[in-house]
Amino acid sequence: MTIEERPTGDVMILDLKGKLTIGDGDELLKDKINSLVQQGHTKLILNLAEVPYIDSGGLGQVVRTYTTVKQHNGSLKLMNVTKRIEDLLAITKLLTVFDVFETEQEALQSFS
Amino acid sequence: MPAAGVILDCPSHFDVLDFVQVVADHMGQVGGLDGDATHWLGVALRESVINAIKHGNGEDRSKRVVVECRLEPTAKPTELVVRVVDQGAGFDPVDVADPLAPENILKPSGRGIFFMRSLMDDLSLQRMPEGGMEVRMVKKLV
Repeated sequence: MTIEERPTGDVMILDLKGKLTIGDGDELLKDKINSLVQQGHTKLILNLAEVPYIDSGGLGQVVRTYTTVKQHNGSLKLMNVTKRIEDLLAITKLLTVFDVFETEQEALQSFS
Repeated sequence: MPAAGVILDCPSHFDVLDFVQVVADHMGQVGGLDGDATHWLGVALRESVINAIKHGNGEDRSKRVVVECRLEPTAKPTELVVRVVDQGAGFDPVDVADPLAPENILKPSGRGIFFMRSLMDDLSLQRMPEGGMEVRMVKKLV
């Protein structure tokens, strides 16, 4: 997995590419989020358009991202969630927790 | 006629997961599952192997994880049966926390067995008489 930072105003968009699974992406995401929060970035969007696969470890890391950002009085949004990931968010009831948007514009506007 | 079953004897390391995924994809296709059903089969099997490596065998590479995928019955299969057996101490399934409980929703772990139960048609967990834990999952083909 790769993670590219894309600052947009005071919001940091993270473009994730590749599988988000245990041993492949989960630690990378954890380190990236810890680094960004330490730098003061607490308005984050995860762009999941190019994440074809997520397992419970990857999903757990998204949950950890959400709680880490919340603890720093920030917020996390998800965008471009694939149908399969949305299905996993639904069965785990995490769709009721996360703010999920179909477009980048909608996700950015939600911070204002 | 394609083989009706595959047995893998794996070391306890997450490097095996991609190969396990390949086997799941192959067995799903041989069993006639569609793309989504094959995907969910792969997710469930991966979760089972992850649990066996991480929680069962404690990532001890000297311990093995055996994965068995079979189409049953052989003559005219109606089910894909998956067994995953580790060499750990085992656990009591009733002790597994409900990840949907409000106090657990935001926990970063504890969803593996829930995924298996949700994505497959049947799931059973039992301690083996000779030691280790057996996870048995069934995906209906029709």
